[in-house]
Amino acid sequence: MFVAVMLVLVTVGTVLFHLLSPWYFTPIASNWSAMDTTIDITFWVTGAVFVAVIFFTAYCAYKYKYDANRRSEYEPENKKLEAWLITLTTLGVIVMLAPGLFAWNEFVTVPKGAAKVEVFAKQWGWAYRFPGADGVLGKSGVKLISDNNPFGIDPKDPKGQDDILINDSEMHLPLNKPVHLLFRSVDVLHNFFVPQFRAKMDIIPGTVTYYWFTPTRTGSFDALCFELCGTGHYNMRGKVVVEEEDAFKAWLAKQPTFAKSMAKAGTAAEKGFAKLDSELAKPGNKNSKRVF
Amino acid sequence: MAYVAPAPAEVEEVELYHAHSFITKYVFSQDAKVIAIQYSSVAIAIGVVGLVLSSLMRLQLGFPESFSLIDPAQYYQFITMHGMIMVVYLLTALFLGGFGNYLIPLMVGARDMVFPYVNMMSFWIYLFAVLLLVASFFVPGGPTGAGWTLYPPQAILPGTPGSGGGIILMLVSLVFFIIGFTMGGLNYVVTVLQARTRGMTLMRMPLTIWGIFIATVLALLAFPALFVGGVMLLLDKVLQTSFFMPVILSLGEQLEYGGGSPILFQHLFWFFGHPEVYIVALPAFGVVSDLISVHSRRNIFGYRMMVWALVAIGGISFIVWAHHMYVSGMNPWFGFFFATTTLIIAIPTALKVYNWVLTLWKGNIRFTIPMLFALGFIVTFTNGGITGLFLGNVAIDVPLSDTMFVVAHFHMVMGVAPLMVIFGAIYHWFPLMSGRMMDETLGKIHFWVTFLGAYLIFLPMHYLGFLGVPRRYFEMGETNFIPASAQSLSAFITVVTVIVGVAQIVFFYNLFKSMKSGEIAEKNPWKAASLEWQTPDQPPGHGNFGAELPVVYRWAYAYGVPGAKEDFVPQNLHPDEVGEAGAHEASEE
Repeated sequence: MFVAVMLVLVTVGTVLFHLLSPWYFTPIASNWSAMDTTIDITFWVTGAVFVAVIFFTAYCAYKYKYDANRRSEYEPENKKLEAWLITLTTLGVIVMLAPGLFAWNEFVTVPKGAAKVEVFAKQWGWAYRFPGADGVLGKSGVKLISDNNPFGIDPKDPKGQDDILINDSEMHLPLNKPVHLLFRSVDVLHNFFVPQFRAKMDIIPGTVTYYWFTPTRTGSFDALCFELCGTGHYNMRGKVVVEEEDAFKAWLAKQPTFAKSMAKAGTAAEKGFAKLDSELAKPGNKNSKRVF
Repeated sequence: MAYVAPAPAEVEEVELYHAHSFITKYVFSQDAKVIAIQYSSVAIAIGVVGLVLSSLMRLQLGFPESFSLIDPAQYYQFITMHGMIMVVYLLTALFLGGFGNYLIPLMVGARDMVFPYVNMMSFWIYLFAVLLLVASFFVPGGPTGAGWTLYPPQAILPGTPGSGGGIILMLVSLVFFIIGFTMGGLNYVVTVLQARTRGMTLMRMPLTIWGIFIATVLALLAFPALFVGGVMLLLDKVLQTSFFMPVILSLGEQLEYGGGSPILFQHLFWFFGHPEVYIVALPAFGVVSDLISVHSRRNIFGYRMMVWALVAIGGISFIVWAHHMYVSGMNPWFGFFFATTTLIIAIPTALKVYNWVLTLWKGNIRFTIPMLFALGFIVTFTNGGITGLFLGNVAIDVPLSDTMFVVAHFHMVMGVAPLMVIFGAIYHWFPLMSGRMMDETLGKIHFWVTFLGAYLIFLPMHYLGFLGVPRRYFEMGETNFIPASAQSLSAFITVVTVIVGVAQIVFFYNLFKSMKSGEIAEKNPWKAASLEWQTPDQPPGHGNFGAELPVVYRWAYAYGVPGAKEDFVPQNLHPDEVGEAGAHEASEE
């Protein structure tokens, strides 16, 4: 009896915690509501199974307590029952999987005309690059990175000259415009995640990864690094400000192009990264020495 | 109809190795039972280290301002070592090296493993691997803090703690672990296939043996991927090869590397890493099937489906690995394939859960300590399996991956659930191994605190993940999306963790006290039908079965057979002695 009651309490407690606790998804601020819907469906299907399985266990614990004068029923198998259970489970799996695959298909299909923005990651901070008037990001490479050229943009590529460099952890995006983020890392794995946007992707040195989304709410959102990237991982924060298009354009117009920043011989850029380095090399450097 | 007597043995018995001195009997022992206890002791000892590490990191997470016990570098080192210790050096070693060694020969009716000397080597190499792992705490720079997944490039670069001696010792230790495991693993597989006693057909084996057998096959196929990945990473670190290293900077400095692929390592790691989940889970599935059947006095429900589900899960587990990599930057089209295979694996797994519960149904349930832990397993495994359906479904994984939801999920499903089985199994087989019973009151206290506590730790943790709290963060700091109440929840989790951690003292006290002065166990105290309880001595002596190996006439789940004299029929009981059921049974052959 005690065991059965405890099993019921655990189940009821779990459901109540889910329904009543104040901790759940932060309100969405992008077009990825399909992900939230898939989660809701999964909660209903799996929640029902969880409650059914544990309640049935509790029922058995109550009903079939040991009695020396009784024997259990000898029934090695019941093919019909097993076939039913397999069929129902398969149906449940399809109900959950189908909306998930549709949402994923949308997630990996970048719409034509989505504005390209590069997110540039290094231990332990963010910078950003907009493609400028031509809409194309100039070629870049890790070997080209220098104090004057912190993004490693190819100075010989004409398409890179008008690229707009944001040597700061905060970037702005226009409201309701699809954006195609391209990710580049110069050192280790990182991951750019704004919980309200739901989208997430690792950033891998040596290749360019991406995702797309449409911001649907103005505001200032925290971006966090979501892939362990060394001692300063937890300090690798950025900010995305979503604003009306006019405000965004005004902000973008104030940012320097690659050509301009090269002409200034890197003063601004240098300062930016020097600040980042000094700020973020702080934690745990005593353990980060090379031993061999 | 009379039963058909089993054929005479095809191969004559080979003389066992007989120990002559204390050293060959208890230290460099070739007896699987002694090796099992050696394996278990080392695994549990290093597991306690893992437990202490987890308390230290929980104190940091729960009370980031109040405790300055650890700095960020140590935090990353502790989570890494905690993960690696628990998954590989505790769970894998305990289930296969511990339970595998003890139970396989006894449950299939063999005198020992088929290669006792290799079996002994396996343990000593494992011990050496554990010592290397421990040594990494004492090298300059400390153990690696790369996360238990050891992803390059950061694992071998100076921005990560322990990127010198720490990572090298970690990789070398893994290489030795795998060498040692392979020796043991080949033994388990060959013993199951070749050394079963007369009448012990594959489809009469207890599910414990099926679980350990399939898990060992998985491990023999999966560990080589980790082995080559580890060796390649070691070469990248020591000889500056570039298997996993593209052109990169490290803390602003240009490195000599170029042309490698970090994702290649992830594929190798998870090609091992996902089957690894089932290397831990399948023995737990097997053992818990036996615990439930014995203590509910009922035949396991749907034995054949249970066996085929184990085989199916094992097979499918090799084509789901990239569900750990949905947001790794691999080709996104893989997502469709791996999400589908991952959700398919839920079907045989769900069937196992149904069949455990259906075994309780119409049973005659004794709420012994092993049964309580089995029920705890059903709750935590169902819960953890369900959250796996969230993470396996690629579109849901995008917002949830690398959050505390993932941490909560895998702790529930491959931390708490298998530990429930391990504890249940220790209480269940302790009388066989020691000849004494463990204290029941202490066992109950241990169960309720551990089960309810672990559930209270990991259930709310999922919701931190929904909020967007990342895993592997030394401290959360300020964000504009996480409410202050989340910190209180985190503090609550830490308090419960410490309570559950301390409660394990009750278990160890019970274990040592019962070993010395526990109540003497009567023969076959649980009235179990499987062979390990039918040995002439309890605990079984050298060679397990006395002069004659047993002959098996039926499966291991003959509980509540109508017409039988008792409510269980041992596997080796001659049909003439069973009662009325004997004749009935014979006609079913």
